Amino acid sequence: MQEIQEKILSYIEKNSRIDLKDLSVILGEDEAAVMNAIEDMRARHIIAGYHTLINWEKAGIEKAKAMIEVRVTPQRGMGFDKIAERIYNFPEVSSVYLISGGFDFMVIIEGRTLREIAEFVSQKLSPLDSVLSTKTNFILKNYKEQGTIMAESPKDERIKMSI
Amino acid sequence: MRDIVNHTITKIKPSGIRKFFDIVNEMDDAISLGVGEPDFDTPWRIRDEAIYSLEQGRTFYTSNSGLMELKVGISEWLERKYGLVYSPKSEMMITVGGSEAIDVALRAMLDPGDEVIIPQPSYVSYEPCTILADGVPVTIDLKEEDEFRLTAEELENAITPKSKVLILPYPNNPTGAIMEKEDLEAIAEVVERHDLFVLTDEIYSELTYKEKHVSIASLPGMRDRTVYINGFSKAFAMTGWRLGYACAPERLLKEMLKIHQFAIMCAPTTSQYAAVEAVRNCDDEIEKMREEYNGRRRYLLKRFRDMGLDCFEPYGAFYIFPSIKKLGMTSDEFATDLLKKKKVAVVPGTAFGDSGEGFIRISYAYSLDDLKVAVDRIQEYIEEKLG
Repeated sequence: MQEIQEKILSYIEKNSRIDLKDLSVILGEDEAAVMNAIEDMRARHIIAGYHTLINWEKAGIEKAKAMIEVRVTPQRGMGFDKIAERIYNFPEVSSVYLISGGFDFMVIIEGRTLREIAEFVSQKLSPLDSVLSTKTNFILKNYKEQGTIMAESPKDERIKMSI
Repeated sequence: MRDIVNHTITKIKPSGIRKFFDIVNEMDDAISLGVGEPDFDTPWRIRDEAIYSLEQGRTFYTSNSGLMELKVGISEWLERKYGLVYSPKSEMMITVGGSEAIDVALRAMLDPGDEVIIPQPSYVSYEPCTILADGVPVTIDLKEEDEFRLTAEELENAITPKSKVLILPYPNNPTGAIMEKEDLEAIAEVVERHDLFVLTDEIYSELTYKEKHVSIASLPGMRDRTVYINGFSKAFAMTGWRLGYACAPERLLKEMLKIHQFAIMCAPTTSQYAAVEAVRNCDDEIEKMREEYNGRRRYLLKRFRDMGLDCFEPYGAFYIFPSIKKLGMTSDEFATDLLKKKKVAVVPGTAFGDSGEGFIRISYAYSLDDLKVAVDRIQEYIEEKLG
């Protein structure tokens, strides 16, 4: 079970749209076994979602994104997890990581404009009791996202026929 | 005026497939399944080393036989991968692709009239290189029912008192066939009994999907009668870097090196520096590519069998070799008509020898999405033909 799960996960991590029948052929596994494994992993939230990687810039749609370094003081009865929860429940927040080093959380915010993000930081994030300070880093350009190079579209430059 | 050209070269027919290739290359909207090179880019860490070597100004000749650092790297790699032991000092040379190694080896081994046994379908250069080296090609027509493996019996039947060299092209282009240890043992026995030599072209050795690849050079007694040829093109997706190598007993390698020295000088220096990184640190990259190829291989095999075409399971390289005999057409007719009607290009099996008649070579060095579109079109074509 473990082995087939790992095979499925490493394949669909990069190809989430694959047809289940094709997936079982590609992996050389029984179709029913693949389906069961996927169902099981969905139920256990191992497969936590399917998303589309979008190059918004190419689509001509304005988006703003910032990585915010947040320093906090954990208070009695409220560890890092509890503070993180206060932060990640805001829909504007797309990712939250607990970080080793000079600050505590890396919070990634997506919004339509820089102003929208700035407002979120000043009105929602900074005022939280446990938050000591924030440092907002706006993203100017996205070169690579989740293993995919955003700048270039892949092109086959091979000659069409070769022995 | 006397004839400006040499008579041997005029006897070599220009590849009949050239014309077909030219048509395909000019058709912008054709989907091709005809390439013989990986679709992956050369792993970045290899390219990065090449750039670094240029920055460092390493732009001079290397020694004729190649960079010692690279030869040491290759000898360690060969031992780690296939248990082959060759001295980087005296039994190895770096060449301009595996193809140079084939040419040089044959020229260094053959006297006029020596026969070279060439199993077909196989890569297209063995026959012309034999002829150019004054040898006589003797082809063996491999059979689908043997999964295009060479059998001891077929070899035995091809041997004459003039036989000198057996070419062993496995894992095979175009069939995708492999030779496993027991297959090789049977061949080795015949080779030894008839005092033949083997030129083993193992350029696809890292791309096998069954047991780990075994080299005939690793079998007892075979090392001294084998020229081992490999290269960086297929395993590391480095076709354009033109880098291969040959390993052989010192007595032969010394002579091969003379030809290389005078004809080539040395393999490209930048490629050699890059290749050091390839043999040292790229096992994981190879594994990733192999996994990807393997998934495509399984997918294609199923699709072609579902179409009702006979197709043995190929365990090597990145080709499948389905039979189109059912359609009552020659390979050429099939490829030409498929291109015309569905704009999909495949290579007729006959490009690789007469015994390729009735088969087509499909390359899976393409993304799964591309393969799907192409195979859907082939399926349409076949359904229309079979009614």
